[in-house]
Amino acid sequence: MSSMLKNALGWMDDRFPLSKVWNEHLAEYYAPKNFNWMYYFGSLAMLVLVNQIITGIFLTINYKPDAKLAFDSVEYIMRDVEWGWLIRYMHSTGASAFFVVVYLHMFRGLVYGSFKKPRELVWTFGMIIYVALMAEAFMGYLLPWGQMSYWGAQVIVSLFGAIPYVGEDLALWLRGDYVISDATLNRFFAFHVIAIPLVLVILVFMHIVALHAVGSNNPEGIEIKKHKDDKGVPLDGIPFHPYYSVKDLVGVAVFLFIFALIIFYMPEMGGYFLEHANFVPADPLKTPEHIAPVWYFTPFYAVLRAVPDKFLGVVAMAGAIIVLFLLPWLDRGVNKSIRYRGPVFKAAIVAFCISFIGLGYFGMQPVTAVGTWFSRFFSLIYFAFFLLMPFYSNIGQDKYVPERVEEK
Amino acid sequence: MSEQVVDKRRRLFLTAAATAVTGVGAAYVAVPFLASMNPSDRAKAAGAPVEADIAKLEPGQLIRVEWRGKPVWVLKRSEETLAEIAEMTDKLRDPDSNESEQPESCRNIARSIKPEVFLAVGICTHLGCSPTYRPEVAPEDLGPDWKGGFFCPCHGSLFDLSGRVYSGVPAPLNLVVPPHEYLTDTRILIGSAGGQA
Repeated sequence: MSSMLKNALGWMDDRFPLSKVWNEHLAEYYAPKNFNWMYYFGSLAMLVLVNQIITGIFLTINYKPDAKLAFDSVEYIMRDVEWGWLIRYMHSTGASAFFVVVYLHMFRGLVYGSFKKPRELVWTFGMIIYVALMAEAFMGYLLPWGQMSYWGAQVIVSLFGAIPYVGEDLALWLRGDYVISDATLNRFFAFHVIAIPLVLVILVFMHIVALHAVGSNNPEGIEIKKHKDDKGVPLDGIPFHPYYSVKDLVGVAVFLFIFALIIFYMPEMGGYFLEHANFVPADPLKTPEHIAPVWYFTPFYAVLRAVPDKFLGVVAMAGAIIVLFLLPWLDRGVNKSIRYRGPVFKAAIVAFCISFIGLGYFGMQPVTAVGTWFSRFFSLIYFAFFLLMPFYSNIGQDKYVPERVEEK
Repeated sequence: MSEQVVDKRRRLFLTAAATAVTGVGAAYVAVPFLASMNPSDRAKAAGAPVEADIAKLEPGQLIRVEWRGKPVWVLKRSEETLAEIAEMTDKLRDPDSNESEQPESCRNIARSIKPEVFLAVGICTHLGCSPTYRPEVAPEDLGPDWKGGFFCPCHGSLFDLSGRVYSGVPAPLNLVVPPHEYLTDTRILIGSAGGQA
């Protein structure tokens, strides 16, 4: 029997590099042996992507991308389709879960210096994934055609209108109408279910190919490829499969436990995952009293609101995302991991986290004078963290970084 | 065969020419796809004028009419309101509506044909939310200086009761006054100014 399988595999390998791909990316991909819990989030992001694609396909079976029918078809899924509520909540909770794991994944990269040479492109592809994910989430949020869907889309598409000269025409072209309308809903549906998911899958592929070409970083920031045995295997590396494939399953179990808890007991998450105003059908004549984007956009939304000028506000908001792309070239620290970085850099990371969470908080609140001043203060810290990085990132670093990953 | 020499210049020229021609072709093919996303003929045709009846409108009352998918406000203002509007100038970014959009007939301080009846497209010139009508004087959230006006809940822009924008808020321009004309004393045709739609 086993020889038959072996023959079948040999037949396959002569025609398609199955064993080669398996070995290069799993059985003989050597990852550092000292991964900690923060290394779960990459594989969890892939899991959520699969969840979104599968639940998304089943939602399209009953959803109608038509301004007259969309809101009711979502309610139809929730009430009349067998298990429809579960599939819809898996999809809506999955959207927030996607951003939770992606933010933690990015934070891991930030503190352990996983964006630094030679991994600049891993970070860049990751950032493009992040931007594509924001576009995907934004367009998906229009589809239920509730009040928040409608006015959120109105605000975000109008952002393009702030671009000098071409802005208004660009916004018109994106909407396909003079206001957000059926034409807009229909095209966002097309982008949400086919165009952007395709791009996302291709980008994830490139992200992983780039990662496997340069090798994984680790919490110590040590390049394990510097010390190899006579077969060329890194001495501090272990094969991804079975070591990390099994370890990641533990992370998956914990994640699914929390995920299921939310789906079954608090799918709206008190208005943070599914906003209350979105249970009212879209009304083009009336903006809800308080509109805010879903939580994962609020830090950038707070930056937009902090600037009392239309064009400059949009510039600041775009800038807040662009500086993230520049991270590998702004950080001039020699050491990668935060464990061997100077006190200034550590303090800067703390200030950055506080400002990011602070912006996220104020981005959700109604406009107040106090909130605006806090948003301005946090925006300054946010930009200072990046733009001053070339000057402070090299101060007071630990001279001693171990050559090898040491047993503790 | 043995004497064959590769002419690299010719090869380079052929490669470049083929690439350029393909590029031009691809650009031409992209046009119909990109153009298909423009507003369709049906969307363009859907902008017919609509009528508003203001016979029963009381001073201080605001009604909303849908025109081209947008909310149009019709507000009746009292004499006191009109007097206050005239004194707002120093708080506003564009008090004389020089940069803002309105029909010539409404290019005055009241921004209207008849001073007491004010029409505006109820879409914030910042990012397109519909501001709320806040006629009350000095409410808690808007401060003691508030004389009534419009407040945009999305990003906090403020407008007076002539739709003129305050300075220091995100919205750059005054609210748009749509073209309109009076059919009779109490019937207004929105979207048409003296015969032209």
